[in-house]
Amino acid sequence: MGDGRGGESAKVAMAEKLVVKNLNAYFHKNRALHDVSLSFEQDRIAAIIGPSGCGKSTLVRCLNRMHEVVPGATATGEVLLDGNNIYADGVDPVQVRRRIGMVFQKPTPFPTMSIEDNVAAGLTLNGVQISHAERHEVIERSLRQAALWEEVKDRLRRPGGSLSGGQQQRLCVARALAVQPEVLLMDEPCSALDPISTARIEELLLELKSAYTIVIVTHNMQQAARCSDMTAFMYTGDLVEYGETKQIFTNPTRRETEDYITGRFG
Amino acid sequence: MAAGVSNLHGETSYRYRKFKSDSMMAITVGATILTLIPLFLVLGYLLTKGVASLNWAFFTHMPAPVGEAGGGMANAIVGTLEVVGIACLIGVPIGVGAGLYLAANRASQFTNWVRFSADVLMGVPSIVVGIFAYAVIVRPFGGFSTLAGSVALAAIMIPLVTRTTEEMVLLVPPELREASLALGVPHWRTTLSVVARTALSGITTGVILAVARVSGETAPLLFTAFGNRFWSTSLFHPINTLTVQVYTYAISPFADWQRQAWAGALVLTGIILALELGVRWVTGGAAKAPR
Ligand SMILES: Nc1ncnc2c1ncn2[C@@H]1O[C@H](COP(=O)(O)OP(=O)(O)OP(=O)(O)O)[C@@H](O)[C@H]1O
Ligand SMILES: [Mg+2]
Repeated sequence: MGDGRGGESAKVAMAEKLVVKNLNAYFHKNRALHDVSLSFEQDRIAAIIGPSGCGKSTLVRCLNRMHEVVPGATATGEVLLDGNNIYADGVDPVQVRRRIGMVFQKPTPFPTMSIEDNVAAGLTLNGVQISHAERHEVIERSLRQAALWEEVKDRLRRPGGSLSGGQQQRLCVARALAVQPEVLLMDEPCSALDPISTARIEELLLELKSAYTIVIVTHNMQQAARCSDMTAFMYTGDLVEYGETKQIFTNPTRRETEDYITGRFG
Repeated sequence: MAAGVSNLHGETSYRYRKFKSDSMMAITVGATILTLIPLFLVLGYLLTKGVASLNWAFFTHMPAPVGEAGGGMANAIVGTLEVVGIACLIGVPIGVGAGLYLAANRASQFTNWVRFSADVLMGVPSIVVGIFAYAVIVRPFGGFSTLAGSVALAAIMIPLVTRTTEEMVLLVPPELREASLALGVPHWRTTLSVVARTALSGITTGVILAVARVSGETAPLLFTAFGNRFWSTSLFHPINTLTVQVYTYAISPFADWQRQAWAGALVLTGIILALELGVRWVTGGAAKAPR
C-alpha cells in the first residue's frame, strides 16, 4: 500500500479514504438509498445515525459490496476506495471485502471454531499460508487490539460460542482486524451489549482510529457524540446532513436533524 | 376477601393445570415406552437367537456347501461393507452437493423440481430401485455386479441425503454466511468451510441414517449384487451380502442355515450400530478441534 503514488493523489487518498458518489441502492424495485454522496476520511470515525429503516445498514453494506449478497439487491453509483471505484467492471467484491472489514449488529462467531481459530478465520479461510509463530502473533495482536486478550488468553482453544455476548462481539472485532483491513465498518456493534462492553468497544474505536478509517452505525446519540468525528444523519433513504459531529449535535443546519437529535421525531 | 377469592381461584386453576400437565406427561411417557418395547423385544430376541450361533468361524469361514454343518459368512460381511461403502462414495457427494445446491438457490423453479423429485424418489419402493438398477446397469453390462448393487443403494441414499443436507444447511444462521463473506472469503469457500461445516453434524446424522437404511436393504440387491457363494471383491462380479445371505438362509429348510441367519442378522445390526457410534465419535472430535 505504501507504493510510490504521485504526491498529489497520495494526499487526496490520505484525506479521503472512501468517497461515495450518487449511490442508489435497491431491493428489487424498491429504492432504499437516494443519490447518497459523502466521503469518509482516513484516521477518522464517522457515525451514521437516523431512524429505523432509513437505510443506514444498506449504506454501510454498499461500502464493501455486501449489499448485493442479498437476493434481488442491487446498487448504482460509485464508491471510491483510494480513488478506485469498487463498483467498476471487473472489480472482484471478494478483494474489496478483504480491504474493507465489517462487524455486524449481532455477534457472529463461527460456532465450529475455537476462539483462536475464529480470530484467524479470515486468514485460514482465504488460504493465507503463515507459520505457526506468525499465526500466534496475529491472534494475540488482534485480540489485544479488541481488548479481549486478557480475558481469553488462557482458553484460546475453547469454542467461540463459549464467550459472553459482549466478548463474542469483541471476538468478531478481533476477527475483522486480523485480516488488517484499511476500513472498518460497524453496523450497530453495541446494540446487544451492556454498558461496560459498550464502553470497551468505544475505547477500542478511539484506539483504532489512528490506523483505520471507521464508519459506525448507531442508534445511540451519546455514542455518536462521544466517539465520532463526523456524523451523517439519514432519513428515508436520503442523506439529510453530514458534517463535523460537534456541529451536527450543537448547530444542525437542517430542521429534521435537530428534531431527531433532540428526540422530537416520530 | 377479594384477594382470598382470587387466591383460591388461582389455586384451583393451578391444580387443574398441574393435573393436565401430569396426565400429558404420563401419555407421552406411555407412548415412549410403547415405542421402545418392540425395539427391545426385537433386539433381545435377536441377541438370544444370534449369540448362540455366533462363533469365530462365522467371521472367518466361507458358507459351507449344502448338507455340511458349520461355515460362516466371511464373504457376505466383506461384501456388505464393500457394497455399502461404494454406495456411500457415489451417493454422499451427490446427495450432499445437491443438498447444498438446493439450500443455496431456494427460489428457482429448477430447485423446486429437484426438491420435488427427491421427495418422490424417497417414496419409491426399494424393489423398484433394484429393478431400475437392473435395467440400466445389470442388463447393459451383461451381469450382476457389486457396482450395480452400490448404484441401487446410492439411488436410495441420494434423495435422503439431499433433503437432510438441505434442511440442516437452512438451519445455519444466514449471519454466519455474511460474516464469512465480509471477511473476503469467496462464496464457494464460505459455503463449504462455514455453512456446510457448521451443518456438518446434522449432515452426518442424515448420512448415517441413510447408510443404516440401505445397509438393511435386501430387495434391490437381489437384482443387482445378486449374491455369491464364493469369495469375491471384484466390482464387476456378483458379490455376497449379509442381507441376501440372511434372506437365503432364513427361508431354507436347514436348521443350521437358519441358525446362521440369526447370527447374520445380529452381525448386520452390530455393523450398523458400530458405524453410527464411529461416525458420531469422529464428528464429535472434529467439533472440538476444527480445521
Ligand atoms: N433484505 C431486504 N429486502 C428488502 N428490503 C429491505 C431488506 N433490507 C432492508 N430493506 C429495506 O431497505 C430500507 C433500509 O433498510 P436498512 O436495513 O438499511 O435500515 P436501517 O437504517 O439499518 O434500520 P435499522 O436502524 O432498523 O437497522 C428499509 O425500508 C427496508 O425495508
Ligand atoms: Mg440496520
